[in-house]
Amino acid sequence: MFPIVEARPLARGIKLFVIQAPRIARKQKPGQFVIVRLNDSGERVPLTIADADAAPGTITIVVQAIGKTTMLLSMLEAGDSILDVVGPLGKPSEIENFGTAVVVSGSVGTAMAYPTARELKRAGNKVISIVGARSKDLLVLEDEVRKVSDETYVVTDDGTSGDKGLVTDKLKQLLAERDLHYVLAVGPVPMMRAVANVTAPKKIKTMVSLNSIMVDGTGMCGGCRVLVDNKSEFACVDGPEFEASRVNFDVLMQRNNMYREQERQSIERLQADPQAELNKLRENICAHEACAADTAGVKQ
Amino acid sequence: MSNNPLPNRERVKLPRQRMPEQNAQVRAANFLEVNTGFSPEQAHQESLRCIECNKPGCMSKCPVAVDVRAVMDFIVKGDYLGAAAKVREDNALPAITGRVCPVEDQCESGCVLGKKGEPIGIAYLERFVADWERSSGQFGLPKSKPATGKKVAIVGSGPAGLACAGDLIQMGHQVHVFEALHELGGVLVYGIPEFRLPKDIVAFEIETLRKRGVVFETNVVVGKTVTIDELTQQEGFDSVFIGTGAGLPRFLNVPGEHFNGIYSANEFLTRVNLMRAYRFPDYDEPLYPCEGRDVVVIGGGNTAMDAIRSALRLGAKSASILYRRTEVEMPARVEEVHHAHDEGVHFEMLVNPVEFLGDEKGNLTGARCIRMELGEPDDSGRRSSVPIKGSEFVHPCQVAVIAAGTTANPLIQSTTPGLATTKRGYILANDDTLATSKPGVFAGGDIVTGGATVILAMGAGRKAAKAINEYLVGPVVETVQIEAASAASA
Repeated sequence: MFPIVEARPLARGIKLFVIQAPRIARKQKPGQFVIVRLNDSGERVPLTIADADAAPGTITIVVQAIGKTTMLLSMLEAGDSILDVVGPLGKPSEIENFGTAVVVSGSVGTAMAYPTARELKRAGNKVISIVGARSKDLLVLEDEVRKVSDETYVVTDDGTSGDKGLVTDKLKQLLAERDLHYVLAVGPVPMMRAVANVTAPKKIKTMVSLNSIMVDGTGMCGGCRVLVDNKSEFACVDGPEFEASRVNFDVLMQRNNMYREQERQSIERLQADPQAELNKLRENICAHEACAADTAGVKQ
Repeated sequence: MSNNPLPNRERVKLPRQRMPEQNAQVRAANFLEVNTGFSPEQAHQESLRCIECNKPGCMSKCPVAVDVRAVMDFIVKGDYLGAAAKVREDNALPAITGRVCPVEDQCESGCVLGKKGEPIGIAYLERFVADWERSSGQFGLPKSKPATGKKVAIVGSGPAGLACAGDLIQMGHQVHVFEALHELGGVLVYGIPEFRLPKDIVAFEIETLRKRGVVFETNVVVGKTVTIDELTQQEGFDSVFIGTGAGLPRFLNVPGEHFNGIYSANEFLTRVNLMRAYRFPDYDEPLYPCEGRDVVVIGGGNTAMDAIRSALRLGAKSASILYRRTEVEMPARVEEVHHAHDEGVHFEMLVNPVEFLGDEKGNLTGARCIRMELGEPDDSGRRSSVPIKGSEFVHPCQVAVIAAGTTANPLIQSTTPGLATTKRGYILANDDTLATSKPGVFAGGDIVTGGATVILAMGAGRKAAKAINEYLVGPVVETVQIEAASAASA
């Protein structure tokens, strides 16, 4: 059982959770993720670790409510618990002094990009962050990113915050003005692909963090396989970061749509009576807590 | 002294009892157990057949050397709990092995009755006494030896880890089992389907170990969440047993393997079994729909049978096994193949997919296959299969499951300095003690041998427990020499 010690909305449909998970907090490095399962009937979904603090033993995750599980998770508050949290999974971001590093993030992707930006800065890079979102009310962690970046640019599709346009507009501009040595892109697949296309002609080392569908997260199932240089690699153990120029984004998008119909059905079911689903989840967690207390009692 | 009233000449005339099973048409549409189990009368009749050999081949053919002859005698006199206790002396998980052991290659192949007629249904009887014990509620917990104060970490809660835990707790050690998934049981819960091994049976066996003092911790990926060195240096474990299973799925590496609807057997079975996707939407984990579709499974092992029979139960319009050799060479258990046949699985032999085909949305539409013929025996002793030129054809399918085996998962090996591996990445362990190149660290099961069976993994777990006990309280166990080990690896 993993207690939620803090839960607060960051933006429209995006919520931050601080979770008690001492083992993960001790080991987490930027770029890694956890897999959560909310209750006994729940699915396993990968979520980015935005931060960790080993002393109190907590990790921070930022969740956008887009599927059934993330919607239900977003209804939870401090005092609730998550049944299963496992990690840290995946390879950490590659951190070295590249020179000038640009960290491009879209919406909730900023949560994953932020700790890597911080480490890049710590490693001596000049860090330029481009934070994008469709609109102002979908921007997250802007202040945190500013603190760890030498320069921060905000870009929104509708111009409600920062520049109006796409993150790639800003990236192109930077590319024209100065030498860039490293680019990390974290966000929706079309955004990552667009970034890859912008940096490819100049052969700038560009990494993307892939969000493919996973089950176990340890390499056992192969569901998260992506085509990298036309060969299968597993996002959960070989990634999640890959060199952008090697990634087949079409296949990634196609595979991410594999369960679209079932996802729609699950969301419909949740939305028919969200409170009932929430109550069911809380009852399930209570049952587990009672069971855990029993076992502890037996041992004493 | 034997309790069997019949002379041997009468015993050998008794026919082998048939395992009652659900009707094939009915069960092909549900996930309930196929075999329904012996009645006490059947168990009695079957046990009467044992002629109590002086040198029982059944026992010598059993990887954990269960004293089958003694067990039979308990059943003859109607002491089923005594029989179960006797099995448990050597086998911590009798309700499980009684269901999934490849007995035709083990105990039953050693039964002398099999030479002229049919061997005794040893697994059916083992299952019967274990089920009897469970339903009686009179399970007696074996007494553990006095506490040694030593702590052992077990990595993985599959058959190797559970068997090892059972023996070590008995020897008086503290035992802490780490499991990467959210549910305990390893392959017993993610791999083997409900209709062959109901989950509550696995849960019962684990609960029994818990009552005996074994501590279980889920959601710990050793190699990621914590390393072997941290377990021994920071968490105070005196010894570690690694029983993590085989791991990574092998794909065919043919074009089109990324189309939607193509699964590794590991993923397909994990979604269906561990995540209960067959109960979607009551359970959240989705599965690419099999209902009304043509499903193929590529492979001929037990995993392939589990996958295709699951697909059938999920409503597949057609369910076919594609295998590059013939049924004779298939590694699957005979009983599983029979069951699959009865349920309506189509066996397409001597074919091999060379490419998967898909539509513009990336959804699978078919497998381009080539016909094969048998050639000379290969390294495995089975006849190799050779493609027949110009024999390509398309097998239409919308779901394909690849059951072509597994390779070693490197998570632990790559994070444990000093742990020697074979060229293929499996952990090197001494044949007799299962000691690795790292002092105090032992390994067994699929992570050492590559994909094998539940009972072999359990045998390895027991062997390791014995060596760990000696390491902790007795003479020092020799570790594998790395130089010698790499020379031996192939």
